[in-house]
Amino acid sequence: MSSTTRTMAAPRTRVVLAALLRKELRVELRSFEAVPAMSLFSVTTFVLFHFALQRNALSGDLASGVLWVTLLFAAMLGINRLFVADAEQGGFDGFLLSPADRSVLLYSKALTLLAYLLVLEVVAVPAFALLLLGSALWPALPGLLVVLALGDLGIVVIGTLVGALAVRTSVRDLLGPMISLPLLVPVLLCAARATSPVLGAVGAGALPLRWLVTLALYDLVFGLITFAVFDFLLED
Amino acid sequence: MYGKRLRPLALTTFAALTLTLVLAFFWAPNDANQGFLQKIFYLHVPLAIVTLCGFVYAGLAAIAHLRTRDSRWDMRSYVAIHLSLVFGVAVLVSGSIWAKGSWGVWWDWSEPTLVSFLLVMLLYATYQPLRFAIEDPERQARYASVFAITAGAFVPINFVIVRLSTAYLHPRVLGDISANLPGRFQVVFYLSLVSMALLWITLWRYEMTSKHASAQLRALKRLLAGDEDEALPRRSAVPTLSVGAGGAGSSGVGAAR
Repeated sequence: MSSTTRTMAAPRTRVVLAALLRKELRVELRSFEAVPAMSLFSVTTFVLFHFALQRNALSGDLASGVLWVTLLFAAMLGINRLFVADAEQGGFDGFLLSPADRSVLLYSKALTLLAYLLVLEVVAVPAFALLLLGSALWPALPGLLVVLALGDLGIVVIGTLVGALAVRTSVRDLLGPMISLPLLVPVLLCAARATSPVLGAVGAGALPLRWLVTLALYDLVFGLITFAVFDFLLED
Repeated sequence: MYGKRLRPLALTTFAALTLTLVLAFFWAPNDANQGFLQKIFYLHVPLAIVTLCGFVYAGLAAIAHLRTRDSRWDMRSYVAIHLSLVFGVAVLVSGSIWAKGSWGVWWDWSEPTLVSFLLVMLLYATYQPLRFAIEDPERQARYASVFAITAGAFVPINFVIVRLSTAYLHPRVLGDISANLPGRFQVVFYLSLVSMALLWITLWRYEMTSKHASAQLRALKRLLAGDEDEALPRRSAVPTLSVGAGGAGSSGVGAAR
């Protein structure tokens, strides 16, 4: 595919990527379909956890588990919405008619999902600290940011692939979470284990390096897999 | 084409399985700690290994499908996943029975092999729903292959990661088997592995033969009825094999696409 597009003087990747990201931003700003729902969902879920666990403050394992499960489920909402506009309103067709390299769509969608997650976390992490976290947020923040970055990366690579896989099926809202959640269990496992000492009741502990390295490797492997197979989802 | 030499293969499998069971029960000594209960090891572990290899094979067949666009590779991948799912249920059940017998619980979360196997099964349980949810056969095959490749890569990675996460409780089977198992155990174990693999291959060949025969039958019916009478195919999760209707000898080519 690249040989034909190259001869047609394919537009540079950066130009296409910028155009696609501008489109994503415009779509989201006009419709407000993903990010507000994700943020609101996360705050509501914290309230649910407060009542379901009957605790006013969490720390350690429990805090990290509640935070990551909430982020993961909120991310599901974003993953489900990620490709819907393209599938329903001809975005895929438009993109495939252009001479741009198909991988650019993957990059733009991954960056969009990453942006969704960052906005989500800007809302969800302070809300979590305010509503549920037993210890202070500030000392835990540097470590937490590292884990969040690596966890987001994992959610992004798997979410983009599964979002594209599920969007043109008849039951995409069901298939998306059903396929992505098992794939995300290792991300959740590593992220939750890495976060729990950071959110310890007696103050922030050191980051467990082993889990961060494992998480980074998992992100890397699935990043490569997504890169390798994504083009096959865009052939018609 | 898949039916060739199926009978000798089936007979060999039957003989190997019988021999395995006879040796496991009458020749291999009872385990010092677990006694008779340990016999389930010869069923459970080889089944699990064969199941996982089947999933990985499905991923490799899916790669071949995406490279060649030959619908037969998609069918191979589909049948492999289908069979491994069935084997996987047997693994979960036999593992649960063994766990109840030797650890006293049906399920143990501190056991990485158990947990990662469950994750793999949960993931592959979405394969057929995914196929069924895509109507266009060509896209269904392509998307299913993408899924099979991703999931096939997930199988080994997932085992490594979940194993990192918990203390060892499961008997480690691969790697230190020669160190931990006395001679007779080893012989029966490897024999059992071979016969379970034979069982998987035989069943796989049977299902491939059956799928291939029904595709040929459909093609013949179409030919008899005339092409214009062709009813719309029912929505299905089963791959569509494109075969000619030229009889058994010449119709093995599915590369109409």
